[in-house]
Amino acid sequence: MFKQIFSITLMNILSIPSRWSTSSVIIVGIGGVVAVLVAIFSMAVGLNKVFENSVDENRTIMVRSGANDEMSSNLHIDDANLVASRTFFETVAPELYCVANVPKKATGYPANIVVRGVTDASFDLRPELRILEGNRFTLGKNELIVGRKAQQEFDGLEIGDRVTIREVTWTVVGYFEADGSAIESELWAGLTSVQSAFRFEGGISVVRARVQHGMDIKSIRTSLDDDPRLSLAIQTEADWYERQASTGTLVIRIFGWVITIIMSIGAIFAALNTMYSAIASRKYEIATLRAIGFGGFPVVVSVMVEALLLAVLGGLLGAGIAYVAFNGFTVSTLNTSSFSQIAFDFAVTPELIGLGLVVSLVLGLIGGLFPAIRSATLPVTNALRGE
Amino acid sequence: MALIALQQVGKTYRRRGKGQPSIEVLKDINLTVRKQEFIALMGPSGSGKTTLLNLIGGLDFATSGTVNVNEIALNTYSGKALARWRADTIGFVFQFYNLLPVLTAEQNVALPLMLTKLGSRDRKQHAQNALDVVGLLDRAKHTPAKLSGGQQQRVAIARAIVADPEILVCDEPTGDLDRGTAEEILSLLQILNRDHNKTILMVTHDPKAAEYAQRVVYLDKGSLVSTAESTNENTDTT
Repeated sequence: MFKQIFSITLMNILSIPSRWSTSSVIIVGIGGVVAVLVAIFSMAVGLNKVFENSVDENRTIMVRSGANDEMSSNLHIDDANLVASRTFFETVAPELYCVANVPKKATGYPANIVVRGVTDASFDLRPELRILEGNRFTLGKNELIVGRKAQQEFDGLEIGDRVTIREVTWTVVGYFEADGSAIESELWAGLTSVQSAFRFEGGISVVRARVQHGMDIKSIRTSLDDDPRLSLAIQTEADWYERQASTGTLVIRIFGWVITIIMSIGAIFAALNTMYSAIASRKYEIATLRAIGFGGFPVVVSVMVEALLLAVLGGLLGAGIAYVAFNGFTVSTLNTSSFSQIAFDFAVTPELIGLGLVVSLVLGLIGGLFPAIRSATLPVTNALRGE
Repeated sequence: MALIALQQVGKTYRRRGKGQPSIEVLKDINLTVRKQEFIALMGPSGSGKTTLLNLIGGLDFATSGTVNVNEIALNTYSGKALARWRADTIGFVFQFYNLLPVLTAEQNVALPLMLTKLGSRDRKQHAQNALDVVGLLDRAKHTPAKLSGGQQQRVAIARAIVADPEILVCDEPTGDLDRGTAEEILSLLQILNRDHNKTILMVTHDPKAAEYAQRVVYLDKGSLVSTAESTNENTDTT
């Protein structure tokens, strides 16, 4: 049986070069599906990575009870002071989260960008933040530093540039990076300067804090809930960003699957057409093999192997195109929870390439199955007569 | 002793579509073929020659009657068992050779041996022996495209005999060849019949080709109309 399968499969594969133009239809069709699938999903993976990179297991974020995001959370600096008085926190950082309009490099049109008012505590809280070029802003001055991805995506954010935000002119004094996390899409300035510019004196959006080692988030939550002066909801960064990421990536993933399914239908028809024509062109050969005693099953397997081989070639081609064209490519999109732009890199990971190859195999399987069954059930006498 | 015995064999094809009349291709065929006989099947186009050959070769089943080979009715076999039986018992030679274009002559000849338990070295040896019988050992590594029509038919004959089947079924084996090459092929078939004890059934339109057979069976409109011993000088009845 295996010898039969091997010999017929070998014959099929050896004859592919003579049928290259028809065989390439299946490769290109499936390659296109996989390229689109991997490219779209690499967006979701890239966006997810941004949020994953933002997580530190000991960091917590506190917003006003009922607020789902930093944008809708309104607190007072006194809340931060009360939190700081608790012994279960090491570092407490009050932050004001605002949104400004800055033109994008790609379009020239203004888009929302996060302006985060911070104190030195925010830098202490994020040791991953490194000044790449220039300096930190000076507290009390209208200076700001720019995240690496924000600098790539937005116009007029070079060191020394002056940016008008809320009728206040700010000077860019430095760039920073932070392990590819979400804050790389932000502008950072002194808390009091941002409060003043946005007419939000004494106001903050969130309190970020690092918990003492060994402290349990549930007991902290209970303690904060018991304090009638506070109306805070505390979450770990992991939970916070998981929720933030899920909204954006879910939309991308649904979009990706819809496009993939639509394109897959086309690719399956291309594969069916290719394999049917491959079988039609080898009708005599298959009939001859069947006449001299080869079984139907080895014929089915050999056709399936050929379809799967071409599909995998298509999958590799598509994944390769997606990798070359998109991996590391930086784009920004609207963070639906903050209505501001968040920049991220497309990430074509080995897992995504694996997913692309699995999809290509499924398409090859569907595209090859019916032609394979036809080839095995072809009446030998009719095929020998060329019918 | 009868190797092949057909008793009241009929073959009817149903046309697709409701109400379409069936086509009776063969009716009430009675024929016996002895071991090592060389028989030519003749008749006009559409007389049922190839259909009869397909029934004897186990490529199709009779609608009525029985086709016995070595006293076993072929309609008792399942499809899989019939394929196995064909591999063991029948060698096929087609008008257009039906060689696989991507394989060399030797690989084409060795194909039926893929259905045996022989190892690759033995398969190669058997294929070379078969090519030697048909006089084409020196073309073993050539693909069909590099061979003439006559040479391709010789390779096809080598493929038909490589597994040492008892019966050769030849459907217009010289139909696509010039007279000289056709005579070479017919002489080769005669040698296989005479020296290698093959029983041969050959469909042909060509009376000259039929002269190489020991007996000629005539069909017309699906019926066997006559059977006659060949008396031509080409016939070798030894």
